[in-house]
Amino acid sequence: MKSEALLTVSDLRIAFDGVEAVRGLSFDVRPREALAIVGESGAGKSLTARALLGMLPRGATTSGTISPDLSTHRGRRISLVPQDALSALSPVHPVGDQLAAAVRSVAGVSRGEARARAVAALDRVGIPDAARRARAYPHEFSGGMRQRAVIAMATINEPEIVVADEPTTALDEERRDQVLGLLAEQRAAVGAALVLVTHDMDVVQGHADRVLVMYAGRLTELGPADEVLARPRAPYTAGLLASLPQHAPEGRRLPALRGTPPAPGALPPGCAFAPRCPLAAEACHTAEPEPRQAAGRLVACHRWEELPHPATELFLKERQPA
Amino acid sequence: MSDPLLDVRDLVVRYGRVTAVDGVSFSLAAGETLALNGPSGCGKSSTALAVLLLRRPAEGSVRFEGRELTALSESELRPLRPRMQPVFQDPYGSLSPRHRIRDAIAEPLKVQGRWDPDQGPARVAELLDRVGLDPAYGDRRPHELSGGQCQRAGIARALASDPRLLVLDEPVSSLDPSVRAGVLNLLADLQDDLGLGYLFICHDRAVVRHVADRVIEMREGRVTSG
Repeated sequence: MKSEALLTVSDLRIAFDGVEAVRGLSFDVRPREALAIVGESGAGKSLTARALLGMLPRGATTSGTISPDLSTHRGRRISLVPQDALSALSPVHPVGDQLAAAVRSVAGVSRGEARARAVAALDRVGIPDAARRARAYPHEFSGGMRQRAVIAMATINEPEIVVADEPTTALDEERRDQVLGLLAEQRAAVGAALVLVTHDMDVVQGHADRVLVMYAGRLTELGPADEVLARPRAPYTAGLLASLPQHAPEGRRLPALRGTPPAPGALPPGCAFAPRCPLAAEACHTAEPEPRQAAGRLVACHRWEELPHPATELFLKERQPA
Repeated sequence: MSDPLLDVRDLVVRYGRVTAVDGVSFSLAAGETLALNGPSGCGKSSTALAVLLLRRPAEGSVRFEGRELTALSESELRPLRPRMQPVFQDPYGSLSPRHRIRDAIAEPLKVQGRWDPDQGPARVAELLDRVGLDPAYGDRRPHELSGGQCQRAGIARALASDPRLLVLDEPVSSLDPSVRAGVLNLLADLQDDLGLGYLFICHDRAVVRHVADRVIEMREGRVTSG
């Protein structure tokens, strides 16, 4: 499936005090697709998403390009669904007013028209009696309704890209599926692409068209989500998938990755995953692999061709980490 | 059949007028993992606190190793507490940031009057090794460990008291996925070797299905199945 990119990221680097947290990342976002960015603490996934929005923390220095730069159109062409719906809303204004203000910040419409759009948006995300509830304050909403209101806010100006940063991390499974379902429905209605940032491989299943797996600030694997999940080509992706309890073979022991992800600024030489990788060979400890086309996707691994499938055995054999 | 390790009958936990746990019953044998599963706010953690008598139940019975705990005073409970140990979700929050890991692990032994200055340090090293941490980590403080290492240290501290029951409240929920499997494997190994009973509280169904011998589903303070 080839299509024109909506947005192209080239050699993005994000550093704090000279320590790079994102280290030369390139990818694109395509119209209407759902792209999941998966990684663990310190992988650089949230920073990457924040860079798209122009919302990097103070002190960050960046290089590389993001084109077009949508950060000056935040709230209109690109919007954010944050992790914490409560702190995303102002506690001192009615929810409907906040949505109306979002409309008026980009469109020259009357107060009445903005208010009508706000009510319609709340209605679309399934808030009952939306006209009345629009006058309520965030603390009068349940947690689930606040999530809905935040999704309404992120899609009300029909953006091209919605960035969702761990939108379901604090939720139990039932709520997680509801929120992701609503998000998919709303962004499809306005024709927006979704960039879904998550640490949870399980979320990718059924909620993303493509997946970008990051490790230590770099691309590890990028390709169609169903193909990557069905047959990962990078050892890190394979290890992450194998260690999910839902994929576990019968028995008490789970396949596990040894060790822990490295901190930015304390990277091992060569491939950042090499110290944890059961396939690592000499080259892996000296040269960092570049992403290359492999098996219909991008893979950054010297030894991807050696990766067995399924790779479960590889990680079951591992001794426990120290 | 011998007495269960833990037997809970008609447990009720109230916070003011709110009834968080409303008539929950279950029992747990040594060497067994019983999972409490359910959405946020269903009363899982309140059940855990009541089982440990960290929150006095309003009604119901908690029998541990054949003794009724709800009838006991704090001082009568004290000698039993080492045998039932909690492991919490936030590994950093459950260890004092100011103490070195080895002191955190030694502390329960000192409090219980079981600290032997000659054997103690070796015991701490053995506990660290037992949970898959190099004993050199004993010199570090919690913020110098990763989340997974810190959770291992928390488990070592719980093991220091020679418990029979671990009450594990979301023990892997804040860990990175690549680290979670290792901690779950550690818990399985410890149970196999020491015959511990686990009351395992977790909202993640996949984890629950993997670890539990039996599962109790809770909703709004009541058991809905199991």
